[in-house]
Amino acid sequence: MFSHLILGLRTAGLPTSITEHLALMAAMQAGVADYSVEDFYYLARATLVKDERHLDKFDRVFAHCFKGLEPPAGVKVEDLPVEWLKQMAEKLMTPDEIAKLESLGGFDAIMERLKQLLAEQKERHEGGSKWIGTAGTSPFGAHGYNPEGVRIGQDKSRNRTAVKVWDRRDFRDLDDTVELGTRGMKVALRRLRRFARQGAATELDLPDTIKSTANNAGSLDIKMVPERHNTVKVLLFLDVGGSMDDYVKLTEELFSAARSEFKHLEYYYFHNFPYERVWKNNRRRHEETIPTWQVLRTYGPDYKLIIVGDAAMSPYEVTMPGGSVEHWNEEAGSVWLERLSGHYRRSAWLNPTPKKSWGQVRSITMVNDLMEGRMFPLTVNGIDDMTRELSR
Amino acid sequence: MAGFKSTEKYIASRDLEVAVNAAVTLQRPLLVKGEPGTGKTVLAHEVAGALGMNLIEWHVKSTTKAQQGLYEYDAVSRLRDGQLGDERVHDIANYIVPGKLWEAFEADKPVLVLIDEVDKADIEFPNDLLLELDKMQFFVYETRKTIAARHRPVVIITSNNEKELPDAFLRRCFFHYIRFPDRETMEKIVQAHYPDIRKDLAREAMNVFFQIREVPGLKKKPATSELLDWLKLLMVEDLPVEALRSNEKQVVIPPLHGALLKNEQDVHLFERLAFLARRGS
Repeated sequence: MFSHLILGLRTAGLPTSITEHLALMAAMQAGVADYSVEDFYYLARATLVKDERHLDKFDRVFAHCFKGLEPPAGVKVEDLPVEWLKQMAEKLMTPDEIAKLESLGGFDAIMERLKQLLAEQKERHEGGSKWIGTAGTSPFGAHGYNPEGVRIGQDKSRNRTAVKVWDRRDFRDLDDTVELGTRGMKVALRRLRRFARQGAATELDLPDTIKSTANNAGSLDIKMVPERHNTVKVLLFLDVGGSMDDYVKLTEELFSAARSEFKHLEYYYFHNFPYERVWKNNRRRHEETIPTWQVLRTYGPDYKLIIVGDAAMSPYEVTMPGGSVEHWNEEAGSVWLERLSGHYRRSAWLNPTPKKSWGQVRSITMVNDLMEGRMFPLTVNGIDDMTRELSR
Repeated sequence: MAGFKSTEKYIASRDLEVAVNAAVTLQRPLLVKGEPGTGKTVLAHEVAGALGMNLIEWHVKSTTKAQQGLYEYDAVSRLRDGQLGDERVHDIANYIVPGKLWEAFEADKPVLVLIDEVDKADIEFPNDLLLELDKMQFFVYETRKTIAARHRPVVIITSNNEKELPDAFLRRCFFHYIRFPDRETMEKIVQAHYPDIRKDLAREAMNVFFQIREVPGLKKKPATSELLDWLKLLMVEDLPVEALRSNEKQVVIPPLHGALLKNEQDVHLFERLAFLARRGS
C-alpha cells in the first residue's frame, strides 16, 4: 500500500526508507488518520519527511501520486453530461413521475426536478453508497473518496482544503536546491561554520590529570587543556565586473558573516579568470594589482582556496596565452588555475549560475575539468558539498 | 485514544495535531522544528497537560552529553570520599547520579520527556541516544544493571536547525515543522492569550506586527512570542490606538519596539526607514 508514494519520494531524492514506510503503515493501522485525506496527508508528511527542506518536494510528489483524489474544482449540476442526468433521473424518480413531468414540460422539466432532488439530497444525505449524498462512496457528490469522484456544486469541500495544502507549496523557499535567498544565507552560514569548527571546547586533560594526581601522592590535581582554536584559513578569489557583481556581493557577505569562524580570511578579485595579477581594491584595480605569484608565496598550501565566478567566457580565455579580454597574458589561464589548485591542497570553485546550464557553456566544462570536478553551485546544497570537499 | 487538540491557551493547526497523535500512538519521538518563538517548547507543556502526564524537561546546551541524560558517574565525589575514608565509597551505586531519561523510565505512570533544542549539543549527541530512544532502555556499566522504561514515555524533541541531525536519528522520529501562523491563526492565538484585549488595539498591533515582518533585511523577524510580549506591554501601558497607526507613506517606529526588535541593527534599519519616510513626505 502506498508503495508508489514511497518510490515516488525516493525518485524525487528524499531519503525515505522502509522504516518510515512501516511507521506510516503502523500509524494507519492504529487509526491516527481515520478516514480523512487531509489527515492522511499530514500523517504521511510527519512520518516520511524529516527535514523542512524536503517538504516542498513531498508536496509535489504527494500531489502527483494522489492526483485522482483531487476533487475537480466545483462541477456544477448544469455542467453534468445530459446522458448521465438522464440515467440519474431514471434512478431517482419513478416512471410515473417522469411521465408526468414529461407531459408538463418535457426533458427540461425533468432536469429541473432532478436538480432540485440533487440539491435537496446534498443537504440531507450522508454516508451510504447511493447516488449523490455526501461522505459516501458513490462516484458523485462531495466529501466522498471515490478516485473518480465528480463534485456537484458545493462551495466548500473538506478535501479541497487538503489538496490546497499540498498544492499551495508553502515550503517552496525551504527547498535547498534553489539559489541562496535570505533564509538560505543563514543555513549556508551554518554549513560554513561547521566546516570551520574543528575540535571541541575546553576539556579535562585526563592523562595529564592522572599523571599529576599520581605525582601528588593520590590527592586530586585536575589539569585542563586550553580551548582548541580554529585553524581554518580561507583564501577567496572573486570574479568581479558585469553580471557577477550581485553574486560577489552575496558571497562576500556570506563569508564575512562567517569570518569569526575562520582563522584567516583573505579576499582577492579577478576579472573573468585568475591570471598573473589579482587585486584587493576594486576601485583602484588598475593601479594596485598584486602578482598572483606573491599571493602563492604569502599564503601557504594549508589555506583553502575558494574561487567564485560564473566561468562563462570565451574558451580562448582559458586555453590561450593572450586570451584575456583585458590585457596580454603571457601564460594561459589554465596554467594559472592549475598552478593555484596545485599549490593549495584543498580548492573549489563556486559557480552562481544554475548547475543545469553548466553543460551548455563550453568554458564552464573546461574549468570544471581543470578543477577536477570540484565546481559547486552557489546554493545551500552546493556550499554543503563544498565544505565537505574542503574539509576532507 | 486520548487525543491532543488545540486548547484554550494553545492553538494547534490540524497537521500538528495529527503529528502529535501519531507520535503518541506509535510511541515514537516527535521532532519539532520551526522559527524561534513559534511555540515549540510550549507545545510540550500543552501536550503534557492534554494527556495528563508529568513533564520532564531536559534542556540541552552546547556542552550537554547524551550520557548526562541517562546517568553520571560522580568520580570526583567518590575519590574525595575515598581519601576521607567514607564507608559509602565501597558501593559504586552511591555515585551513580540518574539523569532525566532515567527519571522518566523509572516513573510510575507514563510521562512526557521534552528534549529541548537538541541541535545545540555536539553533532554526535542524537546518535548517542538512538538505542535509548528506540528501545527505551539503557545499560549502566558501573553497576551492570539495565534500566528499562516501565512505561514508554512520550518524547518531544525540539530543534532550531543549527545542526543537521543524523539520518538514523531522524528515521526513528515523527517530524513536524511549525510554520509561522497566518493572520487568522495569529488572531486566534492572541484571543486565546488575552481574551479581554481591546479589539481595535489588537487589530492595529497586528497590522504593525505583520508590517514589520514584511520589512526586508530584518535580522530577526519577530515571532509569536514577541508579539504576545509586545501586546502585553501595550495593554499594561494602555496606549491609545493612534500611537500604533501608520499609513502607507509613513513608517513609524512602533512604541515599545524593544519587545519586537531584538537587534540594534534592526532598530537602526527602522530608524533609517522612518527618516527616509519623513524626508520623502
